[in-house]
Amino acid sequence: MINQFRQAIKNTLQSLLANKVRSFLTILGIVIGVSAVIVIVAVGAGAQSLILSQIEDLGGNVVGVLPGNSGNGPPASAMGIVITTLTYEDLQALKDKNKVPNLLDAIAYVKGFSTVSWGNNSYDTNISGTTADYTKVEGGEISLGRFFTKEEERTTRKIVVLGSVVAKEIFGESNPIGKKVKIKKKTFEVIGVMKERGTVAFQNYDDQVFVPIYTMQKSIKGIDYVTMMRMTIDEKGNVDIAMEDMKATLREQHGIKDTSGDEDDFTIRSADQALDVITTITDSLKFFLAAMAAISLIVGGIGIMNIMLISVNERTREIGLRKALGANNRNILIQFLLESVVLTVLGGIIGVILGVFVSFLVYVIATALSYDWTFHVSLFSIITAISVSMIIGLIFGIFPSKKASLLEPIEALRYE
Amino acid sequence: MLIELNNIKKEFVTGEIVTKVLHGISFTIEKGEFVSIMGPSGSGKSTLMHIVGLLDKPTSGDYLLEERNVTTLNDNELALLRNEKIGFVFQSFNLLSRTTLLENVMLPLTYSKLKVDHEKRAREVLEQVGLSHRLNHMPNQISGGEKQRVAIARALVNKPSVIFADEPTGNLDSKSGIQVMEILQKLNKEGNTIILVTHETFTAEHAKRIIHLRDGLLESDELVKKQRFANDGDQLK
Repeated sequence: MINQFRQAIKNTLQSLLANKVRSFLTILGIVIGVSAVIVIVAVGAGAQSLILSQIEDLGGNVVGVLPGNSGNGPPASAMGIVITTLTYEDLQALKDKNKVPNLLDAIAYVKGFSTVSWGNNSYDTNISGTTADYTKVEGGEISLGRFFTKEEERTTRKIVVLGSVVAKEIFGESNPIGKKVKIKKKTFEVIGVMKERGTVAFQNYDDQVFVPIYTMQKSIKGIDYVTMMRMTIDEKGNVDIAMEDMKATLREQHGIKDTSGDEDDFTIRSADQALDVITTITDSLKFFLAAMAAISLIVGGIGIMNIMLISVNERTREIGLRKALGANNRNILIQFLLESVVLTVLGGIIGVILGVFVSFLVYVIATALSYDWTFHVSLFSIITAISVSMIIGLIFGIFPSKKASLLEPIEALRYE
Repeated sequence: MLIELNNIKKEFVTGEIVTKVLHGISFTIEKGEFVSIMGPSGSGKSTLMHIVGLLDKPTSGDYLLEERNVTTLNDNELALLRNEKIGFVFQSFNLLSRTTLLENVMLPLTYSKLKVDHEKRAREVLEQVGLSHRLNHMPNQISGGEKQRVAIARALVNKPSVIFADEPTGNLDSKSGIQVMEILQKLNKEGNTIILVTHETFTAEHAKRIIHLRDGLLESDELVKKQRFANDGDQLK
């Protein structure tokens, strides 16, 4: 048996070398499938840990309020549904210390997308209509000028604070303060520029401009609701109490009697819950990609089966000879099964090497872009990848091998 | 008695057409004999050899190999018997390409229960056919005559009870053909039973006994009056 195994590896390598191009193309499917699995698992884990650590950085005491009742699933806005139940007055009610004593700061958003232009320069960016306490909740610093005040957030003054990317794209190195830019054909005065922050948890903080929320509602969008609120709670331990207080306040505001939560027209989420949602999304993404890779492995397996059938056909005489010399059906079956397994395992090994290489490349690039990326290829995924290739070799090799083993010796010997 | 055939018949069925190839053949072969089976093409000599060589089964009749009825055996039992009792030499050599001569000769031992050092035994038989200096050559590096000698070594390696040679000189020039016949005669002298299938009278006369087939029937079965010896300086046609 061991001798036969050694012989099979040798035979396989010999026929691999004899048909270099064919062999390469044959195992390519397995190589791609296996390396895809390795890369998806490694890069997926790296990205997930990156996102999680960034959300941790944002602080565990941030709570968000979204319009509509979305339970634990993705927010309604993600499906393109517009819900208009949250208002600026709700924000003021939540800020009432008598109603939510643990709330530190709260802001509201109306988000949009538009072109910002100055002279011949223009740039498409996100427009955030928000309130004066923005930096207290979301962090970030002013590098030039100032943010708008509590008084200004209730007016429709045409003033704007630029994110660092927008300032650079439109004004280059020159000072934007006091300059007039156009947003939706209206003229805005630049009163401040934000410091660069980078991308945190999918969100690019630098590629946006800020205008007072009233200005956004009345002058730009023509609406009277807000799309999201975010608030900070004094201590992480008080998040749950504060959330209950906020729910009670909003129900009172909206005249909802039912306290079970079923009738709510809003959703309150803590950062931890948001983390769960993101983890659910990234996990399902990972499963989806892994399923794609599995399909590629199956296609690769069919390729192996095809080439094994061709090989059995080409070697009909050899099979006849071996049978004449005393090989029984089982000997022939095992010989071809081993060849098929050696072929797929070889593909698996090459795939693992390629996958680890690509994962490392992603790590190097991510690190060079100053992301806090971890390079982690688990032994488990390597062992799994190679065992899966072995199983594919067995499954897709069984039919050609069976066919070979059942050849009649004289028919096989006569075959030209 | 080594081989005993009783009224062996063979017919092939292709769709609705039944082709009768052997119409009832009976003969016996003793241990140590050197027998030629002769006949024109279509006489059924190849079919007969396949049956006697356990590569095919007769439609009816009995075949006793070393007193054992082998017509009822299953595929695995036949494979084992082919391995232990029979050595084949084919017209077209049938060596595995990209495999050294030594490994080609060792091939039957991979399927054997024989407890011997495979490589040592293979070297031994390669020496018997005079090729001990070419152990690690590939089949495409040697001449046709040498290939056939490797095939003879492969047939010998399991110490079979009988060696079948199917037109062993058919693909060779006359000089190589004589060398092959010389080896077969030497092996016979050493006690090996050899069955030679050929359509050439000259080659057949190197055996001690000739069985003639015609149209699936035994035409004659007689001893060779004047056996030819390959090392007499005779030339094969």
